Amino acid sequence: MSITDRLIGATGLAIAVFFAWRATLIEEPFISDPVGPRIFPLIICVLLGLASLGMLLRPDPEPDWPALPGLMEVAAGTVVLVAYAELLPQLGFIIATFFAAGYLAWRLGASPLRATLAGVTISLGIYAVFHLILGLALARGPFGF
Amino acid sequence: MDILASLGDGFLIALTFENLALAAIGCLLGTIIGAMPGLGPSNGVAILIPLAFSLGLPATPALILLTSVYYGAMYGGRISSILINIPGDEPAMMTCLDGYPMARAGRAGEALAISGIASFVGAFFATWGLVYLAPQLVKVALLFGPAEYFALFALAFATIGGVAARNQMKAAFAMGIGLLIAMIGVDLQTGVARFSFNNIHLYDGIDFLVVIVGLFALSEVFIFLEHRAGGGVDAGRVEMGRSMPTAKVMKDVTPAMMRSTVIGFIAGVLPGAGASLGSFLAYTVEKKISDKNGTFGKGDPRGVAAPEAGNNAAAGGALVPMLALGVPGSGTTAVLLSLLLALNITPGPLLFQKNPDVVWGLIAALFIANIMLLALNLPLVKFFVQVLRVPTRYLMPAVAMISFVGIYGISGSTFDLLVMVAFGVIGWLFRKADIPLVPVILGVLLGKLMETNLRRELTISDGNWWALIDSPLSIAIWACAIVGFVLPILLRRYVRFARVPQTGDDLTGQ
Repeated sequence: MSITDRLIGATGLAIAVFFAWRATLIEEPFISDPVGPRIFPLIICVLLGLASLGMLLRPDPEPDWPALPGLMEVAAGTVVLVAYAELLPQLGFIIATFFAAGYLAWRLGASPLRATLAGVTISLGIYAVFHLILGLALARGPFGF
Repeated sequence: MDILASLGDGFLIALTFENLALAAIGCLLGTIIGAMPGLGPSNGVAILIPLAFSLGLPATPALILLTSVYYGAMYGGRISSILINIPGDEPAMMTCLDGYPMARAGRAGEALAISGIASFVGAFFATWGLVYLAPQLVKVALLFGPAEYFALFALAFATIGGVAARNQMKAAFAMGIGLLIAMIGVDLQTGVARFSFNNIHLYDGIDFLVVIVGLFALSEVFIFLEHRAGGGVDAGRVEMGRSMPTAKVMKDVTPAMMRSTVIGFIAGVLPGAGASLGSFLAYTVEKKISDKNGTFGKGDPRGVAAPEAGNNAAAGGALVPMLALGVPGSGTTAVLLSLLLALNITPGPLLFQKNPDVVWGLIAALFIANIMLLALNLPLVKFFVQVLRVPTRYLMPAVAMISFVGIYGISGSTFDLLVMVAFGVIGWLFRKADIPLVPVILGVLLGKLMETNLRRELTISDGNWWALIDSPLSIAIWACAIVGFVLPILLRRYVRFARVPQTGDDLTGQ
């Protein structure tokens, strides 16, 4: 009996209902083809709703969820990556990437010193290869890198 | 011969110095990616697509580079199967069964050489199969109208959901989510905004590259974070033994390679199967035919040759429906389809007529990549073995950061980066809950096309929905779709299936 499948099924059902409701609010344009912009999304919502119901009523056995520390790692990693995305334009590529890559290396088991080195290497390495050699535009911070 | 002339033109396109250099770089990079823990053909190629796009490579060179990476990664996956009993990607799973015992018996070098040669044989003949079969399929496809295309998309979803997933409900769920994501943004035909919630970023819809990189690459990083699995792999003490098999061993494995190539190619062409099933079937059949003394599973060279020839032949076969119809049959071909779409190339019968240079250039590139891979792999095995030792605690942060660089390069928008992180988390959650990711990707890629074909058909028929099933061709395709979805459910109920490798060909790291 899986709580996970039921929760995901319930969420899917909610998404299907919500999108179906939003689909009915799509303004029908003045000139349109016989189907219009609403019908296909509604068909998908029905399909998603049925599949979600299926998961809700006949769930698979519970997957193996990690213990709390594992979940915390994923949550903290998410926070760091979101912060990275937000701060990239403010700090610039090299500084932001140093922190994010260093953090990930540290959490994956590198010692703080080695994680710092990894942060520097990954950040400067990507900057050198993708920006200096290949000419890709990277986020520019206040110092121009 | 018409086809050979076209292929000759393809070689003229592919055989420039620049393209050959790109193919060589792609093969090397691909083999490294394939050998690395946690990276395989689909997430490796997924990370590289936005980069190739941002670098502004023209279509043909970009295709050559990335298909070389794809083929290279297929080759690379077997190295860790054989040396450490951990498949580098899912199609390489069956290679563990006899490859690892061979390595334990001090025949690692031989096993690597046999698998390299078998990969070459499988891929080489499958590419010839592609050359001859794809144009035939194109002739059929030219008869297709919008109703047939709509049915064909349904067939792709049904078979991928039916054959590859363990739970059809979950496949349907994943497909629904993917299709809904495709619906976000301005409706192409009427210009009204759908599900954009007055958010400027959502008017253009969600870029499929953002979804793919999030689901395939970032989710892998989360899996490693969850387990705090940052160690390297110790492949140091393996006895390599001789690096080339004897003539007698080669004579033994040749029929196995030939049979497996045929089986793999057919499995690849069929919708929904892909490389994992190709190697699984090839191994199973070979075991039935050749395992007279019970040597399979204990280090029989034929047990290494069969799955490798099978999975590489299937990878080539899977390109047939992808190029000729625009409908991918597996996870990795879905990623290749996204590459084509990112380059503004829509595969399908019209591609063969309008852009024969792209098609035949690509096919020529496949031949070149194959020969290069064989040449690279035999002498460079020792180097690739070193790659296995890169600890994931340094590799995964680099993978995550390169994913960000690629997506940032497309649009320079923080919003896309946030969406990618969100899909990374969703991908992790889905993988934990055993919900396949490939139908999500297919939904995102094909949603708009599917809707366009539906609406085109109904415009022609003036709103008559029966028009969707009023040609024998479309009825036949729908029938296949239903059988493809329902039959596996019934079979599973009566026969206890040996576990067929699930989902995206190569989502490992569990």
